[in-house]
Amino acid sequence: MNAETPVEAIPTADDRKIGPVLMEMKHITLRFGGVKAITDISFDIREGEIRSIIGPNGAGKSSMLNVISGFYVPQEGEVWFRGARRPQMKPYQVARQGIARTFQNIALFDGMSVLDNIMTGRLTLMKTGLAAQSLWWGKAQREETEHREKVEKIIDFLEIQAIRKTPVGRLPYGLKKRVELARALAAEPMLLLLDEPMAGMNVEEKEDMCRFILDVNDEFGTTICLIEHDMGVVMDLSDRVVVMDYGKKIGDGTPDEVRGNQAVIDAYLGVAHD
Amino acid sequence: MTETQPAEGLVSIPALLARNARERMDRPAYREKEFGIWQCWTWQQAHQEVRALAMGLLALGLNRGDFVAIVGRNRPSMYWSMVAAQMCGAVPVPLYQDAVAEEMAYVLDHCGARFVICGDQEQVDKVIEVQDRIHHIEQVVYVDKRGMRKYDHSRMNALADVLAEGRAAHFRFESELDARIAELTYDSTCVMLYTSGTTGKPKGVVLSNRNIIETAKASVAFDHLGQDEEVLAYLPMAWVGDFIFSIGQAMVAGFCVNCPESPATMLTDLREIGPTYLFAPPRIFESMLTSVMIRMEDAGDLKHALFKHFMEFAKGTGETYGMPRYRKQQSKPTLRRRLRWAYRFAMGIGFAVETILENAVRGFFVRLRHPIEARKYFKARGPLLNLYPQPWRDYFSYRTGEVLVYGPLKNTLGLSRIRVAYTAGEAIGPEIFEFYRSIGINLKQLYGQTEASVFITQQPDGQVRSDTVGVPSPGVEVKIADNGEVFYRSPGTFVEYYKNADSTASTKDSEGWVATGDAGFFEPGTGHLRIIDRAKDVGKMADGALFAPKYVENKLKFFPDILEAVVFGAGRDRCCAFINIDLNAVGNWAERNAIAYSSYQELAGHPKVYAMIRAHVEEVNRSLAADPILSSCQVHRFLILHKELDADDGELTRTRKVRRNIIAEKYADLVAALYGGAKTIATETEVTYEDGRKGHIRATLTLADAEVVPVAERRAAA
Ligand SMILES: Nc1ncnc2c1ncn2[C@@H]1O[C@H](COP(=O)(O)OP(=O)(O)O)[C@@H](O)[C@H]1O
Ligand SMILES: [Mg+2]
Repeated sequence: MNAETPVEAIPTADDRKIGPVLMEMKHITLRFGGVKAITDISFDIREGEIRSIIGPNGAGKSSMLNVISGFYVPQEGEVWFRGARRPQMKPYQVARQGIARTFQNIALFDGMSVLDNIMTGRLTLMKTGLAAQSLWWGKAQREETEHREKVEKIIDFLEIQAIRKTPVGRLPYGLKKRVELARALAAEPMLLLLDEPMAGMNVEEKEDMCRFILDVNDEFGTTICLIEHDMGVVMDLSDRVVVMDYGKKIGDGTPDEVRGNQAVIDAYLGVAHD
Repeated sequence: MTETQPAEGLVSIPALLARNARERMDRPAYREKEFGIWQCWTWQQAHQEVRALAMGLLALGLNRGDFVAIVGRNRPSMYWSMVAAQMCGAVPVPLYQDAVAEEMAYVLDHCGARFVICGDQEQVDKVIEVQDRIHHIEQVVYVDKRGMRKYDHSRMNALADVLAEGRAAHFRFESELDARIAELTYDSTCVMLYTSGTTGKPKGVVLSNRNIIETAKASVAFDHLGQDEEVLAYLPMAWVGDFIFSIGQAMVAGFCVNCPESPATMLTDLREIGPTYLFAPPRIFESMLTSVMIRMEDAGDLKHALFKHFMEFAKGTGETYGMPRYRKQQSKPTLRRRLRWAYRFAMGIGFAVETILENAVRGFFVRLRHPIEARKYFKARGPLLNLYPQPWRDYFSYRTGEVLVYGPLKNTLGLSRIRVAYTAGEAIGPEIFEFYRSIGINLKQLYGQTEASVFITQQPDGQVRSDTVGVPSPGVEVKIADNGEVFYRSPGTFVEYYKNADSTASTKDSEGWVATGDAGFFEPGTGHLRIIDRAKDVGKMADGALFAPKYVENKLKFFPDILEAVVFGAGRDRCCAFINIDLNAVGNWAERNAIAYSSYQELAGHPKVYAMIRAHVEEVNRSLAADPILSSCQVHRFLILHKELDADDGELTRTRKVRRNIIAEKYADLVAALYGGAKTIATETEVTYEDGRKGHIRATLTLADAEVVPVAERRAAA
């Protein structure tokens, strides 16, 4: 193991490798006018882990994700990425650093086919610009083939071969969510942000989605930061959980620790189950 | 039986593979769609892959006579595993991939497999689940590496690694492998297939190289199959049909086996490959037809009218004008054939243009005058001018239909290049059968079973009818016993049931005659066989009249709205039935008729659905009444079940045949209610979900009466 960044043992369900800190949020505060969406929150995300953020509606989870992905700029606090402080960045610059996300409300192009939608996920990786694409036809084509190959691997991975050519608008909700995940994966991210990927799904679709999230983490070693409502799902999937309430952090740790945390039980879980 | 040996020493599948690699080197042998592209292996490449795999298995310690269980979806590597096992002197045992761990455990235990080759993680998980009870499994090999990294690999290997090991170690194993291949004889075991069976535990049918190769040769000759054939391998690998088709016939004739990308893309892949030879159970043809019909219901007026007209027209003329020329020899398209084709096509286009023009003009005026009734008008009268005398008119019309309707239809179904298609496994609905034949698809029927290496009877080109299963296949002798049971004897007749001498003895007599368990008779005049039902299911009713439930069930199932039917009546005074609606067809019908429903259960119990199903039942009753032998099988009362009958609940076999006794037992309360007087009944049923968990559903079902045609004369006579 890497000697420079000693990793204290983090208990995980299996022997997956969890690496050094990838991203650290330090004392983040985010305000919308007078409303404080996030108040002085700090936590970190380690390489290779599945990190969840839970909390009641309006707790500021989506806002937190938007801070990470550069959509919102916090009034106070610092975002550290791979050991360096991240300067203020545009979302597309953040994307170029290897951070991809899905949205709470599906944001796909309805008229375009599944394949084309996933291809858009690779835009940040395309080297040849539009002008070059028209001039250097051969090179652009080679690049296109390469991208297509990557996309086909993802299609195979998420088992959506049968709908490759179908316009997204015609798909049922559960599949759209899967396509959105595919598009995020197409960017080959090192950190994947998922905003309620299982909201509104039935049990079977949820199980599928869980399996895909675990497989992505396992197969590609992608770090995943996830917002989810379904407690069962969160506790099964996550390595560590952050609990938020009214914009404040009220708990942080492994699922077992969080489940035992009195503040969390009082504020969020209501009654301790089990 | 003739105990001949084939001349060229081609006594095993590995030997045939070696011959193909020599003689057909660069011709395609296997294709598989992966990552959106068709990957291809030539015979030579396939041969090398199989040899490398076999050496890898030798390195893992595979012995002569071992059983190698193979479970996964159709992929070239799975087929290669079977042949590789044969090369090592082991016996491949393909399993149904959708079997739950419990069912798999029985088969693995029964054959004592030391090696299991799995398609993916899902199958590996099942094997691991049963491994605590079955201790003889030593090695698990898996094809798809996905999700497998975390597993304990002390006794588990990726197929790619086994292949690499085989290649690396080929100096050590080359001679050993050749020696083992040389040991194979015409009578050594080729494969062992477990039959699902409608009763009891599955039985392992042992088939020898002779069985498979002789049968494949005869059937390849029967239909003039050659190396240019394209087939799509999508049927369960554990089914004997797939083994004969994708291994036996493919190796003998040397044609290419195409594997779909995933089960869900089957229809797209079918279209892309355009198979020339197809083997499918009736339900595949049924679901294809249903999807066409649903799409046509939503089509525009003109399209709908054309479709209706030409389909109606094709019913009488398709046999004459539509069938592909029955070819005796394989050949590349000659200039003459191309010219004939171009001529036919040009003819069709000419008439098509004329038809469309004429209809556009007429349609315009009709719509001006009666805007609402346009569709009715087109339905009422054919869209063609009647300028030509018969039979020219029919010929031209059919060519027009070919361009406008049949051609595009065959194209969307992926069936435009079909020369021979077989339906087997169950009876097919006459409407469905006629539909495919009328648009020029040479769909034929076949009667067979695992114990016969498939073929017992089949229909020769040009002698095809929906109600018979054809004449005995070449080399097969068939006789009918006094009680109506069909017996056969052929080179394909199985060796034995594995570790089950009793069953072997009760099925196959000392002269080699095998009881099929089906009742049937040869039609006088044509010599074609007709099957009525399972011999043991042909029972007697209380008054001694014949009770043939499957016959009635098939009649019911021929309606697209009815997915499954179960008829009761043995030892009773009248027949009653359970009905399963087809959610696809009925759901669509409900949508078109603005009937709202929130669940399968609600739709199944809807009064309008009941009314529709009653009409179907009464139609069946009328046709049964016309047949004096079967007239007492008319259905007096029926109910629509609140859940689909499911193989996971043990109600159907894996090949979707109903298990009547199990159903009668499980739903005893419903059967009793059918024979009682009640109008409704509340019931509770246990169901198994896909993941194996169990649950309960509760429902209140309606019991409905159906009108029967009185059969007083026959009763009086009896
Ligand atoms: N763009 C915005 N403008 C104003 N207020 C916002 C905006 N985004 C979020 N908020 C407020 O911030 C709080 C946290 O919202 P959000 O992060 O969406 O919560 P969660 O995802 O946990 O349900 C809410 O009170 C919400 O009204
Ligand atoms: Mg939110």
